[in-house]
Amino acid sequence: MAIPSGEERARAAIAGVDRDAQARIVAALARRFGDLELAEDMLQEAVIRALDRWPGAGVPDSPAAWLTTAATRGAIDVLRRDAVRARKAAQLGADIEGRSAANDPAQLVADAEDDVIADDRLGLFSACAHPLLSVEDRIALTLRFLGGLSTVDVAHALLVPVPTMQQRISRAKKRISVLGIRFAPPRREELAERLPIVRRVVYLIFTEGYARTTGDAHIRDDLTREAIRLARVLRELMPGSAETIGLLALLLLTEARRPARSDAAGRPVALADQDRSLWRQDMIDEGTALAERAARSPGAGAYAIQAAIAAVHAEAGDYDDTDWRQIAVLYRMLAAYDDGPVLRLGEAVARGRALGPEEGIRLLDALSNDRVLSRYRPFHVARAVTLEELGRADSAAAAYRAALALGGNGAEDDYLAEMLGNLSASPESA
Amino acid sequence: MKYALLLMGRIDDPLCGEDGGPDPEEFFAFDREITDAGVVVTSFALEDPEQAVKVESTATSDRIATPGPFAEVREFVGGTYIIDVEGIDEAIAWAKKSPGSLPGGHVEIRPVAPY
Repeated sequence: MAIPSGEERARAAIAGVDRDAQARIVAALARRFGDLELAEDMLQEAVIRALDRWPGAGVPDSPAAWLTTAATRGAIDVLRRDAVRARKAAQLGADIEGRSAANDPAQLVADAEDDVIADDRLGLFSACAHPLLSVEDRIALTLRFLGGLSTVDVAHALLVPVPTMQQRISRAKKRISVLGIRFAPPRREELAERLPIVRRVVYLIFTEGYARTTGDAHIRDDLTREAIRLARVLRELMPGSAETIGLLALLLLTEARRPARSDAAGRPVALADQDRSLWRQDMIDEGTALAERAARSPGAGAYAIQAAIAAVHAEAGDYDDTDWRQIAVLYRMLAAYDDGPVLRLGEAVARGRALGPEEGIRLLDALSNDRVLSRYRPFHVARAVTLEELGRADSAAAAYRAALALGGNGAEDDYLAEMLGNLSASPESA
Repeated sequence: MKYALLLMGRIDDPLCGEDGGPDPEEFFAFDREITDAGVVVTSFALEDPEQAVKVESTATSDRIATPGPFAEVREFVGGTYIIDVEGIDEAIAWAKKSPGSLPGGHVEIRPVAPY
């Protein structure tokens, strides 16, 4: 085997600074200089410098620390040249001269050997999910800077043209900078307000990947996997937070069902008909353990309860074995946090399963005046399935047709048309 | 970072001190609190908008001064604080404390440009 060249070793060392480590470096620089763009650009320059230096000088003990130091020096140089940017940075409390004077070579070496890089990612999470940014911006920035995806990858993952995404990210960065959104970790009193928004962004990234039924399967998987990764980072940063544990549990338990969610032709498979042997047992085990921990922790809320619902589904051998009473109770608890129509649909379905289709259709029909639900396909499908169980084929057919009329993606249309075709032409029994 | 807190009022709303208008005492109390916090760079209150004088160029004449009131003005700046705080969240917290953001008014926050 050939001894790797200096250049190969340098490239391998750079590759070893993974996306997590890069996000930490960007977070630390952003916090210190109050400038996300500067942080990003300087890390990139530091990587270029490393690839130039390391082959000759050798790979440093801690490549990440070396990159942090080099990027910090680069940022200080930029600020010394650009008076306006420096004034802005100073206004934001940037530490330009630095604790370790950048021109003191001995101190630089000492810094580079100190592998402990402060974890400022919570501050970066909080800035990227700031309530003054649009939800689209929050998702894009979180994927870009916490996920460490390139702008092109973010664009592909969110099915947005690359130039549009470039513009969105650059506008959002400008907004953060002009408004003075800070990258310091939120203070204790701010945390309670900010963390739910951060969790929501991670949840939305997941649902974006999970709900999507068009596009490249590979890209969809990437997005749900990325959301789970971000939820893990968040949990690492906030280990005692019940809702953060609940979020991770919910995402794992939902993702576990993915292999059974669509058939070979890509058509959706209802929960009742899924082949549960396809569910990812490793994710179910981890998710269930986390869901139990979340439920026991103080501060458990909507994510912990939704994780508990997912865990009840996960432990059932099949659809009919499901503990629907428990699910109905959990939905009722959930209503204390979020009284949205989709949740009321979930509760109606669970109670219907627990108490029988007569009660089920009564509860569903009670929701039929809801404007959101009347345009929500799963509501009509739930009615159709329940009516079918009651032998009311004509009404079931009408409900399937109402679902079809709403429009959706082709795979869903095919599935609904098939369900409609399967209805026996038996006359109404009720 | 420096921000301007523009305390805005609407022409149709009762003025400060009038029946149904904001209580001047609340503004004085807020002024003491924000001043004691050491974040105020400068601050001022403005006379009523009907006392404004507008200087502008028109199609027929150059730089003419016109006294108010101006019918087209619906909202006006009643007073301003320039504050120096860590970031936008702190500025928002002060704007929320100000009686200027009680019903009938609002506080517009504008970052001061670093030029």
